[in-house]
Amino acid sequence: MDNETFEPKIVAFCCHYCAYASADLAGSMRLQYPTGVRIIRTPCTGRLEVEYYMKAFENGADGVLVAGCLEGGCHFIDGNLFAKKRVNTTRIILEESGIEKERLRMVNISAAMAKNLVEVIFEMVETVKKLGPNPIRKVAI
Amino acid sequence: MIVAQRKTIPEILGSINGHKNILVLGCGTCVTVCLAGGEREVSIISSALRIASKKSGLQIKVNELTIERQCDNVFIESAAEEIKKNDAVLSLGCGAGVQAIAERYPDKPVYAGLNTDFLGILETRGVWYEKCMQCGACILSDFGSICPVTRCAKHMLNGPCGGSREERCEIHADQPCAWQLIYKRLKEIGQLEKLDTIYPLKDWSKSISGGSRTIIREDHRI
Repeated sequence: MDNETFEPKIVAFCCHYCAYASADLAGSMRLQYPTGVRIIRTPCTGRLEVEYYMKAFENGADGVLVAGCLEGGCHFIDGNLFAKKRVNTTRIILEESGIEKERLRMVNISAAMAKNLVEVIFEMVETVKKLGPNPIRKVAI
Repeated sequence: MIVAQRKTIPEILGSINGHKNILVLGCGTCVTVCLAGGEREVSIISSALRIASKKSGLQIKVNELTIERQCDNVFIESAAEEIKKNDAVLSLGCGAGVQAIAERYPDKPVYAGLNTDFLGILETRGVWYEKCMQCGACILSDFGSICPVTRCAKHMLNGPCGGSREERCEIHADQPCAWQLIYKRLKEIGQLEKLDTIYPLKDWSKSISGGSRTIIREDHRI
């Protein structure tokens, strides 16, 4: 599969209070982003555990984007700070397992930052396109 | 509680090399509390192993199970069926758990997925401190419940070494001087006179130095 035909499957975990609202706003603003991105609403990025990301990659996701509130702006005070630490831990485990750490990324987006969210999604898609499909997809999925 | 940390995925892959069906067995007691070998960690390490094995074309089938306690026969039995179904076991228990499983299943290879570090407590979220080195002859009562054997880097029993700086240990500057803590604590509880006693040489024969120890309680045996 070359970079032209490869459309990455990206799971985007979006916090209900910010990034999910910004994705909604992106829709209202008619901003387009690649169709391979699947948005999953979470009550807070602090709800996301390491195994969620691992399962996503195990099941063939090419990339995982975690979008939480701006630092200091978490509805649950420090959920996004926990998420940042867990994402960093997961990146270490992914590298040990043979998956490039760049496939997992966390960003901080407020509910008003629809354009930024779309930009980040495009960046993520570009990064994953350069890396190619999730290496385990060649074996099974 | 026993505090442990996970081994790296390449280390684990190296030890389970050659097996097609692996049971990743967690323990619901100490290593769950220290976030190293509970149900969640079993899930994470299993996912990592599946990813790594698929990537390298090994196709190892990884199964998951967490039992209440790996160092107890009663609980090990609950894993009997799963252990028999798999070629080998990757135990996420402490060193005692790994050995307990291996002893109960002589024909089954059992590998350690964790490094067992020490007996300690959760100081604050995500931080564990060693508090006891199981010397077999507890002297905490004489030192204000602060263990000089474990917490003093030089195991001093008759006062500080003199090298501490600003109440910090000269060996590990990030640790408080145990003797500073002992002095403060004894002063607070009005037992400073305990420091007047010269402590004799410690009897290390009750410690690990002579090989593994056994405790037999005749009152609990027939």
